[in-house]
Amino acid sequence: MTDIQITSPVSAPRIGESAPRPDGVPKVTGTFTFSSDLWHNNMLWGGTLRSPHPSANIKSIDISGALAINGVSAVLTHTDVPGSLLYGLEHADQPVLAADVVRYEGESVAIVAADHPETVRRALAAIVVDYQVTAPLVDPEAAEQAEPIHPDGNLIRRLRLRHGDQNIQGEIQVEGTYEVGMQDQAFLGPESGLALPSEDGGVELFVSTQWLHSDRDQVAVCLGLPPEKVRFTLSGVGGAFGAREDLSLHAHLCLLALHTGRPVKMVYSREESFHGHVHRHPARMWYRHHADTDGNLLRVEARLILDGGAYASSSGAVISNATCFAAGPYLIPSADIDGAVVRTNNPPCGAMRGFGAVQTCVGHEAQMDKLAAALGMDPVELRLKNALKSGDKLLTGQTITGAAPVAEVIKSCVDHPSTLIPSDDMMSLPGGAGRTADPHHIVRGQAMAVGFKNLLFSEGFDDYSSAICHLVDGVATITCACAEVGQGFVTLAQQITREVLGVEEVILAPAATATVGSAGSTSASRQTWMSGGAVQKACEAVRQQLLERIADQHQVNLDDLVLVDGQIVSLSGNFSLDLATATTEPLEADIEYHHAPTYPVDENGQGDAHVSFAFAAHRAVVDVDPELGLVKVVELTTSQDVGRLLNPLQAVGQLEGGASQGVGLAVMEEVLVTEGRIRNASFTDYLIPTALDMPPVEIAAFIEQPEPGAPFGAKGIGEPPSISSTAAVVAALRDATKRELPRVPVRPTDIVQLEDDTP
Amino acid sequence: MTTNHYTLKVNGKEHQVADAWAGESLLWVLRERLGLPGAKNACEEGECGSCSVRIDDEVVCGCLVLAATAVDCEITTIEGLAPEGELVDVQEAFIEAGAVQCGFCTPGLLVTIDKLLETNNQPDDLTVREAISGNLCRCTGYGRILEAVNLAAAKRREATS
Ligand code: FES
Ligand code: FES
Repeated sequence: MTDIQITSPVSAPRIGESAPRPDGVPKVTGTFTFSSDLWHNNMLWGGTLRSPHPSANIKSIDISGALAINGVSAVLTHTDVPGSLLYGLEHADQPVLAADVVRYEGESVAIVAADHPETVRRALAAIVVDYQVTAPLVDPEAAEQAEPIHPDGNLIRRLRLRHGDQNIQGEIQVEGTYEVGMQDQAFLGPESGLALPSEDGGVELFVSTQWLHSDRDQVAVCLGLPPEKVRFTLSGVGGAFGAREDLSLHAHLCLLALHTGRPVKMVYSREESFHGHVHRHPARMWYRHHADTDGNLLRVEARLILDGGAYASSSGAVISNATCFAAGPYLIPSADIDGAVVRTNNPPCGAMRGFGAVQTCVGHEAQMDKLAAALGMDPVELRLKNALKSGDKLLTGQTITGAAPVAEVIKSCVDHPSTLIPSDDMMSLPGGAGRTADPHHIVRGQAMAVGFKNLLFSEGFDDYSSAICHLVDGVATITCACAEVGQGFVTLAQQITREVLGVEEVILAPAATATVGSAGSTSASRQTWMSGGAVQKACEAVRQQLLERIADQHQVNLDDLVLVDGQIVSLSGNFSLDLATATTEPLEADIEYHHAPTYPVDENGQGDAHVSFAFAAHRAVVDVDPELGLVKVVELTTSQDVGRLLNPLQAVGQLEGGASQGVGLAVMEEVLVTEGRIRNASFTDYLIPTALDMPPVEIAAFIEQPEPGAPFGAKGIGEPPSISSTAAVVAALRDATKRELPRVPVRPTDIVQLEDDTP
Repeated sequence: MTTNHYTLKVNGKEHQVADAWAGESLLWVLRERLGLPGAKNACEEGECGSCSVRIDDEVVCGCLVLAATAVDCEITTIEGLAPEGELVDVQEAFIEAGAVQCGFCTPGLLVTIDKLLETNNQPDDLTVREAISGNLCRCTGYGRILEAVNLAAAKRREATS
């Protein structure tokens, strides 16, 4: 287990220390209010009628039976949407409520408000929808040629990336086709919220989300209301991982509250949650790698196809990442990569931790191992030989100007001694409590993988965050709409404020659209940088105002004044004033922080599309029962490029948690979709790692090379742990089984290679 | 819907439940009728442990128990784990060890671990993993949670020695 020194700091902890979470006590005492805990006098319960068909025309909807039920206050359909019927994160292509057609199983068709969840269920059952069922389009490879299932067509986005000399051929070539299944974010806090009608004819929504302002803007258009009449406030978020970047029940709750004039609460069931949010895109990937006989990578060709499901969500940005990062963190002079994301009648896909780079890491790392085998070279040596470094060019032609410690993460990870303690307890064998494995037949495998992705938003998006710092009586209040989803931004915001202002007490105001500008999304590993940057700049502006005021009031030279440890002192030593005394009159700064501009890519996929990149490596050790196909991941070791460590304890939590989602994708997690229908929409059938499945995660090294331009030099750390962890586990399974295992998650049938008997 | 009246004893206090549908789970009654939302509702199908509460000496999934069957029992929820304004060892340990991220799994884990340590204050790694394997956590990968259990066990041994 990783040793983390927990020391209680003498003063309130600042940057670089393991400050405790400000929401820790409410969370351990059960008093923290998650969005599903909201309650209001006189509130109604809301519910959603969803399509049972992946593809159908709606001929009629009869709500009269539902309206007649005692206790039912409203039954709404598409005709009750006063504004735009369509919404979407990048393109408005998804109906708030389906009108004449449904394009995936689980699409929202009608909504109900009633006095009790049981009444809601009965009302939903009483709505009669006449569907004319049509054959669903479920094969992503057939989508482009098929009849369009949406007016916007079936191709959501194609990117063709051509880099360098297209005629290069390598003496050594390896080829492979890989597949990644659909993963669910499986956050624990279900989609939920409470909407309240406001006196001005507007509406207020308390909700768990990743991006309050984008939600608010999308919903306002659908409600036909000016954005200022639609006020969204963040409620306690029980995890997100990408699944809360799109709207789910937001517009529905607002419609019901406006229609009934009463507060309305809605909570998705776990089954509904599987239908109610986007998933990680399933991917099919073909690769050909070219190298010379010394193992220098010369060229990569790849064809990637992602299944976007019925609506676009953030698919366009996901395929951009998949294409740009298709070949991994290696220097490669020539590439031809074609990435497409298509529309089908499968469940919609969008953001999930790692965002396009997870799928391709499975592909490029399998290819690197194949290439190493073809060359007769050590796979680590091959990676080190080709590792990207600062100053190198990506496949998009962009030069990496920041830190790129690829060799460092690889070396520190593989050099880290294993701390595996052999156990003869049957419980620790593959199969665990089932005790089906025979200890003598267990084979062990070990392998490593490395991956990377971009931080922050890319391709010319004007990405910013806003923060307000208010300082009075020596107490700072920070207002920022950054969605705290569990990652610990609230801790960092306090640390940053203390660092800049030297205050002890930092109050965090609620995240809300009514009080502050957008913080952007809690995604793309961006909030430490973006909202951390906004908080830093707001605090610095207040510090400047303060010093100017003191200089003026006390006739001291401004350049001579500094703020240290809660004291304003002059460098010459003849002036000192305590911060609390100096701030009886409040000071305030409202800041918008933008990152360096990025640019769209050209027709060859070339351009300076990204701001910064983060890298991580994982080494996995697995035990396999080759006869039963049972596996157990027994150890994971990781090193990560973090720029600068702002809170070591929280960083450990990100690395461990991210790795567990990677382990899940490698060996157990898949949303099974047959003919457009999800077959395992429950935690009974969609398995995520338990404490018995998850190995200890050894952190070999946090590589700290401060990132130019990043606040405090810190890189975002949320996503890299989920990128190379999956690829490393699968590679270790290949090492143990000597099988190709081209598909993730690896199933028992893939290991024993019996006929796949799933119907 | 047929409705019932009954009394539940939660965290040492008697609560009247009036006009309740007999099909309501203990979890729902605690959260929606008694104003005790500490136990969580991540699946409501007995798979995640976020709803773990104690009925007498047993830790159960609150979502799988009908509230009306829990009359005449001592029910303990996360809200009753420590006296108001105080923290018990496991709660302190969770904060110190960094075992809390989103916190949705936290109440259920704390109730489960508190019970484990009551019966065994020196559990080995596999025992702890087994004991909490019914409590899903999606954020932490369990590393800091296991660390917190060690910390809490040490605190408890110290307190009882
Ligand atoms: S909510 Fe009871 S086990 Fe999940
Ligand atoms: S801390 Fe989020 S589920 Fe455990």
